[in-house]
Amino acid sequence: MNRAALASVLALIWASITGNFSLPNLILGGAISLLALWLVRKDVSSPHYFRKFRLAGSLTLLFFYELLLSASRVAILVLSPNLKEKLQPGIIAFPLTAKSDVEITLLANLITLTPGTLSVDVSPDKKKLYVHALSVPDKQALIDDIAKGFEAKIIEVFE
Amino acid sequence: MIYEIAAYIAGVFLLIGALFSVVAAIGIVRLPDLYTRMHSASKVGTMGAGLSFLAIATIAFDGPLILRAIVGFTFLILTAPVSAHLLARAACLAGYKPDNLTELNDFAKDQ
Repeated sequence: MNRAALASVLALIWASITGNFSLPNLILGGAISLLALWLVRKDVSSPHYFRKFRLAGSLTLLFFYELLLSASRVAILVLSPNLKEKLQPGIIAFPLTAKSDVEITLLANLITLTPGTLSVDVSPDKKKLYVHALSVPDKQALIDDIAKGFEAKIIEVFE
Repeated sequence: MIYEIAAYIAGVFLLIGALFSVVAAIGIVRLPDLYTRMHSASKVGTMGAGLSFLAIATIAFDGPLILRAIVGFTFLILTAPVSAHLLARAACLAGYKPDNLTELNDFAKDQ
């Protein structure tokens, strides 16, 4: 059975027993359900589930860190007096390893919010993602950076 | 005590958020073409608005309000890249040329 569905059912049971369907109480119930499911993880769930949960968490943290970094970098660039000299924009084709639509959407979104890059389009055969970058001193280095960073993590979470 | 601390933290969030918003606006004026401008609008702008939402969440002390601020923050982060991407894509398909500084253009090459 789907573990997330099981946790939701347990959270609803918790809300009925305590007689309070307010949102904080439902969240508390959900947290307790997850804790309970975690305690009996060997019996009811595959170990992958909690590993994936952790991976998704680390992906979220990485994302916020990159967003902060990226916003600060663009802000500094915008405020620098010799703006035109520092700019070296380019549109590169990033070869996609991720297959499903969800993965590509997530990757495109994450790319837009990370340092110096913005997704422009996906090729019709879903093999390439066109990425606009503020400065491209080395095309291959940028591609490696994305492939080893976000794409690897996304594939890990969804595989 | 906790209220005072929260107020100070929210104030810091609000100030930094406002600063990011101003810089995003300056970036839109200073950068040379649509593609580079979207960098400023999508990243720096999201950061500015996002920090304002966080300030609300910090100072609210009210469950539903905090939750709504967090949901607003999440949706902002989910939707800002989509609009930036759509604008850049529409510009590309309409044949809008990137600024002369642009050295590489795989998109134009593949069309």
